Amino acid sequence: MKYFEDIQVGDVFEVGRYTFTAENIKAFATRFDPQLFHVDEAAAERSHFGALCASGWHTALAWMRLMVDYRRRLDDALRARGEPVAGIGPALGFRELKWLKPVYVGDTIEYKTEVTEMRPSNSKPGQGLMTFRSTGTNQDGDPVISLVSTTFVERRRKTP
Amino acid sequence: MGDRKLYWEDFQPGAVAVYGPRLVTREEIVAFAAEFDPQPMHLDEAAASSTMLGGLGASGWHTCCLLMRIIADGFVLNSSSMGGPGVDEVRWLKPLRPGTNIRVRTTVLDTRASTSRPQMGLVKFMFEVIDDGDAILTTLSTTLMFGRRAPGDRS
Repeated sequence: MKYFEDIQVGDVFEVGRYTFTAENIKAFATRFDPQLFHVDEAAAERSHFGALCASGWHTALAWMRLMVDYRRRLDDALRARGEPVAGIGPALGFRELKWLKPVYVGDTIEYKTEVTEMRPSNSKPGQGLMTFRSTGTNQDGDPVISLVSTTFVERRRKTP
Repeated sequence: MGDRKLYWEDFQPGAVAVYGPRLVTREEIVAFAAEFDPQPMHLDEAAASSTMLGGLGASGWHTCCLLMRIIADGFVLNSSSMGGPGVDEVRWLKPLRPGTNIRVRTTVLDTRASTSRPQMGLVKFMFEVIDDGDAILTTLSTTLMFGRRAPGDRS
């Protein structure tokens, strides 16, 4: 990750896309959220969702995986330029997670993460806290998920 | 609560239940992280020891997914669940270490009828993931939607 001092409020990370299939929806839900409308097409058709749809946790985890991969690419690019790489995490948690629309089989969700607040950590002098809002939008342009997270980001050792 | 299917009317503010235990192994912590959250602190003891986690700990998202599965088996699958609109807040207070037996303490904070959908009601919960020593590892506050046994009128 870039250092705390090099990240600005308003920075946007275009983290990538994930396509939901009947197979990956059911595989995830069978393990963690086996409600019928996430694991059984026929039962889902009879539910208020009208068709098989992804667990909201699956929609969130697809973002997390893309975000980690994005940061890894960013770190590789920094190293390739001979620049130091800042540590990131752990996260303190998240808030305002909203599942705005169901995610159905065949939906491709595009995820973006925008930095909304940067502040020094009071308890850990070498660290700052980055707050960011992440959103996922389907192929029709409809937002399907939004959440706000806060995580530690390393500060530069020497402050000017 | 027995085998009787749960409807919105069955959730009473102040009701507390504990579900689990569920043993969380090193293997599943690493496998989950490799799939969904491949950061060194969730994958490798040596790398994790130099991070703020101070040793291998589960992805916070893994804890959330385990919570979901424990409450699914605990009561959600035996209910008229209609899903949830989101999560108000999750706080990862302490790391979830390999070999921990976790339970989920469930507290009903509030219930209200849906104003737009008479066949549905909302239940606000506080879920706490606790370990063998009753330490709270993660808290999750959320509202879930349930079908009503007796749909209300639209007034």
